[in-house]
Amino acid sequence: MLNQTTMSEPVLQFDDASFGYGQRRLWGGLSMDLAPGEFLAVLRAGGSGKTSLLKAVLGLQPLLSGTVRVVGAPPHQGSTKIGYVPQHRRIDSLTPLRARDVVGQGLDGHRWGIGRPDRARRRQIDDMLASVGAGDYADRPIGVLSGGEQQRVRIAQALVADPKLLLCDEPLLSLDLSSQRTVSGLVDRRRRTHDTAVMFVTHDINPALPYVNRVLYLAGGRFRMGTIDEVMTSATLSDLYESPVEVIRSGGRVLVAGVPEWPDPHHAHDSAPSLQAG
Amino acid sequence: MSILAASTDVDVWHQIFNFTDYGELLSLVRNSIIAGVALGVVGGLIGVFVMMRDLPFAVHGISELSFAGASGALLLGINVVAGSLAGSILAAVLIGALGSRARDRNSIIGVLMPFGLGLGVLFLGLYKGRAANKFGLLTGQIVAVDTPQLSWLIVTGVVVLLGLLIVWRPLMFASSDPEQAAARGVPVRALSLVFMLLLGLAVAISVQIVGALLVLSIVVTPAAAALRVAAAPWLVPVLSVVFATVSLVGGILLALGGSLPISPYVTTISFVIYVVCRLVGARQGKRSWMPLRLLRPARG
Repeated sequence: MLNQTTMSEPVLQFDDASFGYGQRRLWGGLSMDLAPGEFLAVLRAGGSGKTSLLKAVLGLQPLLSGTVRVVGAPPHQGSTKIGYVPQHRRIDSLTPLRARDVVGQGLDGHRWGIGRPDRARRRQIDDMLASVGAGDYADRPIGVLSGGEQQRVRIAQALVADPKLLLCDEPLLSLDLSSQRTVSGLVDRRRRTHDTAVMFVTHDINPALPYVNRVLYLAGGRFRMGTIDEVMTSATLSDLYESPVEVIRSGGRVLVAGVPEWPDPHHAHDSAPSLQAG
Repeated sequence: MSILAASTDVDVWHQIFNFTDYGELLSLVRNSIIAGVALGVVGGLIGVFVMMRDLPFAVHGISELSFAGASGALLLGINVVAGSLAGSILAAVLIGALGSRARDRNSIIGVLMPFGLGLGVLFLGLYKGRAANKFGLLTGQIVAVDTPQLSWLIVTGVVVLLGLLIVWRPLMFASSDPEQAAARGVPVRALSLVFMLLLGLAVAISVQIVGALLVLSIVVTPAAAALRVAAAPWLVPVLSVVFATVSLVGGILLALGGSLPISPYVTTISFVIYVVCRLVGARQGKRSWMPLRLLRPARG
């Protein structure tokens, strides 16, 4: 399944990394390599520190200990090697940007000045929008698009600078089922055609299930990593949660039952779907 | 009886609109018109970001402190524009530094605003000079822009304009999607402070022309109107500048003959433009988006 090019260097490397804020260690002991074209799903239960993981990769926050390398170098803010799809948030309908402008921000939104009209840039944006199936609404205001349409545009924005690593933070949240499939399908196609490594943070693995090579399962300051068959089992997850958890695989879906409620009230809604049905 | 009523009507009308000796009056307000155009450009542009960053209330708060600074300067007999700038910048820095979250920001503004207004009233109460000067700071003045003041206004305007052009793209990015912008390396926090400073400068200019109470009609209304009818990132600022300039210059020209302050004219034009844009925006429906298609050059 994984068209791995063993000679190429890993896109993302963690070596005994631990995560947290200030003196507070949230979790740690992570060592892993992410190969080009690999699809890693990061599954998480409430308060499990996925934000600290994302921030470390983006270079927004240092590790407490250990090292992280993105394409062989320490991560730094604003790296074009990483495309980032933030958690879905509705864009205000009075935002003075069209779909194409949002994608353009992925190319040069961080540069100073006002920018000049540029034919090549325009073509690049058109191509990117077409490749995620958003060509029809390229000139519509971003604020009037549906949630699924906005998310396609955001993926185009993250991919337009041709990153080596695509980082998605709950990209499927608040999308309807067919948009969830479309969006995860788009991400999968990109890593096949461009060998982009994917780190896909989600609380529901099912929409991405056909594409996932490896799972990093975070819960309560601990984690398990491996293939779906290794991690998504009753034995592994019961061990991780220190409480009996049942994993049922049926009809191409994974259902996890009996995940304990987490004490952190802010994340109660994250852990609530103990039955992760699609 | 009826003759009397009619003549009162005419008097009121003449107070509002009066175009006798218009040509001579026009040369007197040349400075004001230049200042009006400068403010139209600056207010129209910065207004787009004020709307995107949800800062209309901050604009109001800054303008009250700017008013306090200006009236303090009037009392002390120093440069009113400088006083106004000092008040604005102080307010902008305070709001920018203390209010990164919307809730904090609004409470800080709510606290600062009456204090600024109170200070301003105190200074004006103590001021023994011309009454028109006092009133002008609150509701705008028409012939008060003399040449040294004009150069202050123009220089400030140019600073704001250049500042905005330099930070335009990252500021747009940070205003529309702060999280993504931060991931891309945009210094979101620093930009926010820079923007508050530029906003403070822009508000200080506006206070000189439309008065502290009505700054929103230049810094918010035109951009809000433009956002109703356009979404292209170049068209919205252009329309906003046009709306602000038309309101200001139109207001000055109409106010010229009458004996009222300039502000009711400016605010009325600005308001009418907004209402028209809302109607047009509702009619076209954001989905069909006709004006954009008409304005967009054909693809080659």
